Amino acid sequence: MATKKFLYINRKPPHGSIYALESLEVVLIGAAFEQAVTLAFIDDGVYQLLQNQDSSAIGTKNFAPTYRALGDYDVNRIYVERESLELRGLVKEDLMPLTWEDEDDDWAEKDSIHVVGSAELAEIIEQQDVILNF
Amino acid sequence: MSIELDGKSYETDEEGYLVNLSDWNDQLATAMAKADGATLDENHWEVINFLRDYYEEYQIAPAVRVLTKAVGKKLGKDKGTSKYLYELFPYGPAKQACKYAGLPKPTGCV
Repeated sequence: MATKKFLYINRKPPHGSIYALESLEVVLIGAAFEQAVTLAFIDDGVYQLLQNQDSSAIGTKNFAPTYRALGDYDVNRIYVERESLELRGLVKEDLMPLTWEDEDDDWAEKDSIHVVGSAELAEIIEQQDVILNF
Repeated sequence: MSIELDGKSYETDEEGYLVNLSDWNDQLATAMAKADGATLDENHWEVINFLRDYYEEYQIAPAVRVLTKAVGKKLGKDKGTSKYLYELFPYGPAKQACKYAGLPKPTGCV
């Protein structure tokens, strides 16, 4: 199977609509089929990665823990737009730590989240074969 | 669809996966396996319990490739092979083991 570069752009907050969860599921499916998967979080999408989410009061499934499985699926290119974080008064430390283990480096645990400026993100978008917006 | 055990009925989907995760118990797993003509030994349970732990932590059932890798890491390299897992669960390790573990069908599983 030919490998394509898939980019999933996440723009919406985690709850209140189905976009974030649907995106995550499609990401996992794409990754299970060994496609090259990259994620981007911009606008309110950055809230999807917030630490210590608790959705019990609104009666929806808290799927935040599932993001931590992305490393197992070899999804380790997760880009968060710096401007979107800043606009919301957030810093990288407000996001949950997401890591992956590098098989070629004695399973060293490495950071999957990269905070990038919009110009750098534009270059990343430019390199993709398939772009899906959620 | 449903599965009957000790006079109680448990709801399943059309492929036999439990609808309510909280219905699950050891006896139910054994009954589901029996319906498929399988008997669960300690090696099966090791994988079933691993899957339940994985679900508890990540809220998903892992795809088979991820399961294989993670089993190898947790239970030993000799067990982290698709050969070993397919011998235990001939209908597909993720698919069949998840069913007995009371989990939904793995994401990305066709």
